Amino acid sequence: MNWETVIGLEVHVQLATKTKIFSAASTSFGATPNTQACAIDLAMPGTLPVLNKQAVNYAIMFGLAIDAEICQESVFERKNYFYPDLPKGYQTTQLEKPIVGRGSVTIQLADGTEKAIGIHHAHLEEDAGKSTHEGDLPYGMSGVDLNRAGTPLIEIVSEPDMRSAEEAIAFAKKLHSIVTSIKICDGEMSQGSMRFDVNVSVRPAGSSALGTRTETKNLNSYKFMEEAIEREVERQIDLIEDGGTVAQETRLYNGDTKVAKSMRSKEEANDYRYFPCPDLLPVLVSDEAIEELRRALPELPDARQKRFVSQYALSDYDSEIIASDSNMSAFFETVAKDSSNAKLAANWVMGELSGALNTAGLSFIESPVTAQQLAGMVVRISDNSISGKMAKQVFEAMWQGEGNADEIIQAKGLKQVSDSGALEKIVAEVLDGNPAMVEDFINTDESKRKKKLGGFMGQIMKASKGQANPQQVNQILLQKLNALL
Amino acid sequence: MTIERKEIEKLATLSRLAIDEKTIADVTARLSSVLALVDQLQSVNTESLQEISRPFHTSQRLRDDQVDETDQRDAFQAIAPQTHNGLFTVPKMIE
Amino acid sequence: MHNYTIAKLIKGLQNKEFSSVELTQHFLDRISQLNDDYNAVITVTSEQALSAAVLADQRIANGDAPAMCGVPILHKDIFCTNGVRTSCGSKMLDNFVPPYDATVVENFARDGAVMLGKTNMDEFAMGSSNETSFYGPVKNPWATDSVPGGSSGGSAAAIAARLAPGATATDTGGSIRQPAALCGISGLKPTYGRVSRWGMIAFASSLDQAGPMARTAEDCAIMLNCMASFDEKDSTSVNQSVPDYTASLGNSIKGLKIGIPKEYFSEGLDPGTEIAVRKALADLEAQGAQLVEISLPNSHLSVPAYYVIAPAEASANLSRFDGVKYGYRCKNPKDLQDMYCRSRTEGFGEEVQRRILIGTYCLSAGYYDAYYGKAQQVRQLIQQDFSDAFKSVDLIMGPTCPSPAFKFGAKGDDPVAMYLEDIYTIATNLAGLPGMSVPCGMVEEKPVGLQIIGNYFDEARMLNVAHQFQEITNWHNQAPEAVQ
Repeated sequence: MNWETVIGLEVHVQLATKTKIFSAASTSFGATPNTQACAIDLAMPGTLPVLNKQAVNYAIMFGLAIDAEICQESVFERKNYFYPDLPKGYQTTQLEKPIVGRGSVTIQLADGTEKAIGIHHAHLEEDAGKSTHEGDLPYGMSGVDLNRAGTPLIEIVSEPDMRSAEEAIAFAKKLHSIVTSIKICDGEMSQGSMRFDVNVSVRPAGSSALGTRTETKNLNSYKFMEEAIEREVERQIDLIEDGGTVAQETRLYNGDTKVAKSMRSKEEANDYRYFPCPDLLPVLVSDEAIEELRRALPELPDARQKRFVSQYALSDYDSEIIASDSNMSAFFETVAKDSSNAKLAANWVMGELSGALNTAGLSFIESPVTAQQLAGMVVRISDNSISGKMAKQVFEAMWQGEGNADEIIQAKGLKQVSDSGALEKIVAEVLDGNPAMVEDFINTDESKRKKKLGGFMGQIMKASKGQANPQQVNQILLQKLNALL
Repeated sequence: MTIERKEIEKLATLSRLAIDEKTIADVTARLSSVLALVDQLQSVNTESLQEISRPFHTSQRLRDDQVDETDQRDAFQAIAPQTHNGLFTVPKMIE
Repeated sequence: MHNYTIAKLIKGLQNKEFSSVELTQHFLDRISQLNDDYNAVITVTSEQALSAAVLADQRIANGDAPAMCGVPILHKDIFCTNGVRTSCGSKMLDNFVPPYDATVVENFARDGAVMLGKTNMDEFAMGSSNETSFYGPVKNPWATDSVPGGSSGGSAAAIAARLAPGATATDTGGSIRQPAALCGISGLKPTYGRVSRWGMIAFASSLDQAGPMARTAEDCAIMLNCMASFDEKDSTSVNQSVPDYTASLGNSIKGLKIGIPKEYFSEGLDPGTEIAVRKALADLEAQGAQLVEISLPNSHLSVPAYYVIAPAEASANLSRFDGVKYGYRCKNPKDLQDMYCRSRTEGFGEEVQRRILIGTYCLSAGYYDAYYGKAQQVRQLIQQDFSDAFKSVDLIMGPTCPSPAFKFGAKGDDPVAMYLEDIYTIATNLAGLPGMSVPCGMVEEKPVGLQIIGNYFDEARMLNVAHQFQEITNWHNQAPEAVQ
């Protein structure tokens, strides 16, 4: 039996506003527990919500970025349930009339093809607080921090258009790229700025009916999402093939233990009893307001990718990698412009720098090597002052904070020797000093001579303390050796 | 219309209220009476009508995104039932 | 002094006949002596009151004091008062001391009014008799075996017993007007959105409004001048300028068209009440007003619609009372669900629990369209009735209540019997219109009220007519024997 996987995603994106959606308390990450939870966030009696303009703007910007309809009269509703991290005993969200309607996102797959993934809608809602069950707590108690309560979210609901974990990840990454490019979200997955719920079902290949789906909640890394999907697909197929049926349920996946389990407690029919929130009025958005936001919308990743190809002559592959990451893009462009060598800039940004940042767990914004510094180094490679190999040393030193490229080149005496006169002299000296090697070279079969060059190169580099321009040296060496044949 | 006991139990669970065995008959009777009252609405033809919450059609006012609240944790937690190191504490939640 | 109206007290303070400190002490003494008889006041704030009075006297001496400066008032215990227990008549909030003020409280404090304390009320404002309070029932000063009305029974009884010249109150389905009528005083519910709901513990968000209670319409006007304001913290607050409600009190009512809804004079109306109300209307006619019979054909739907909408909104508004952040938490909860269930079951009284269950039912899956959705649609019909009526009349009048104050326990087992007390007042809340009640007679030695309903933001005209009525009648000056 051939099975087809059907996947839909619900993505919670924390909007990068300064204050909560319904109160003027700060949303800064990492504050001491409950120091950013005001009376409204704590659902104190008699408190009332007032809507954050920026949250509305960010939601509209997202809608514009995915070519969606913007609902010009959206309504907030109350979703009722009890949980300690939900102070009012209801979440203020949107249901019947969400602010963003149908849209679409294009993903690029590994085989080079593109696919459009439908977005059903995106709506504004408030985030809940955080509960802790371990650590310094009285026995048998859980702790609740309401700092996060009231942070504005948009929940993006996709159509069940994805057919593999690869597509789901590509979609997730694309959304990440979009929201960070238009700067409505900081994209810090480790801080919970984006959280993914994955709906998975399977059906016989060729069938058009949808199978029963399960929902795996709160995944905040692509790796875990991939694992969770693959395990769930396998579980469902095994279950059906063994004669069972898939139960509609909510599941949790623990990326550390690699264990997925059903949230049995949520299976009791949770009747949320949605109704329009009487403390809030319909959110009216004018045509002018939408147009103004459209005009000011920052560059989207797809547009940026195309621009990198045309403006910097980058390959599709390179431009896609860089363009999908706003911070990398900004860094790259500064290096490319300042050094006038986009190709080298791309190589260094995608290669050494990315690698070093990854290992150190830093983002491009936190890079110890600034874009200007990297540009300075690229310039010196372009003008042959240093070889590619030496550049690695320079980079390492810049990373350690030893200054900019020129300072380091000076300090370490790394300037490449490209003066042909000097090089001729060094090559001649090495040949004179190694008659046996020269003899060996002459007597070697023509097809095998290339290999023998290494020995001479080694000596020459040693004699020049690594500073000889390798290409030039190679030329001179070959010239001199051939003259001896 | 009489409301079924099972229904009342479901409502009680949803609203986190416990209905005593002794009082459930009474609760059922009283709720049924109220429901008979509100069922009068069923006979009204409301086809062309909108759901109205307020008399004037106004729009939600928007607030500037500026921080305007200070840390009042001490004041708020002074009146909390139970706290520990700045967290509100509740009996452990079982997932 | 306790027989003076607010208007007279203001003059007295300005003319230095007495100081605010003297006045405040006088009312504190009265509360101390008489409150046990009526149980109208739950919390007395003597120290705070006297300090405020001292400051008020200084402002008055400086000569630039606002009208309410130095005037002692009571706040219904539904308004959050910073540092002062705010119970909402419930065990759930018996220990709740908010660190913030309601806007209504702030407005009065800013103007220098003196808070004497907090008044008793039906629990979470759910009731029409003040029998559901955790702090015990309030007794009607006119007949202590009878109810004062609710939910603002404490505020009404306090005014009737002259424990304070004015008190704040709230009205969701009649909770200002009905107790005002049963206690023989004046009370006004403003247009929805006229007075800020910030810091006012929510019962039914789309219906709740705060308003003044005092002995006269003039006093209500003075209080409303202070209470009404546009508040950015309340998204439902309407940004409409506040007129001086006292400026037009003296206007002539000649030619004023008063609509008399026939539905408010049909079966169920106590004959004695009908006589008193019709006499009052005749008095107004004699002053030049024109009485016009009108119909509000969907009146019979207002009580059913209200008893879907109010409990539904309340069921969500009361979910925050969960024992987690503030308020009552049960002892030794064995787990989280036990904590929720026992805190709420022990903390809330029966009527509140009943309404939460009804509200939950009306919102549940499969029932929304038939109940909540339907009721909100019916609301449009009710609004339409009024807007049609206001095409041909300026104000609408009739009885406030179907009968005078009933005895404790009289509406006993059937909640619907209690709900029908509000039959004339509820439609005004559903439509968001302003309404008020003024005393207009006595039946078997118990007061009866005349209800005045105005068009949106027409409080000035309502107060004008009420004041003119009080210029030619004396019902508002009468006091229960026991407090004379």
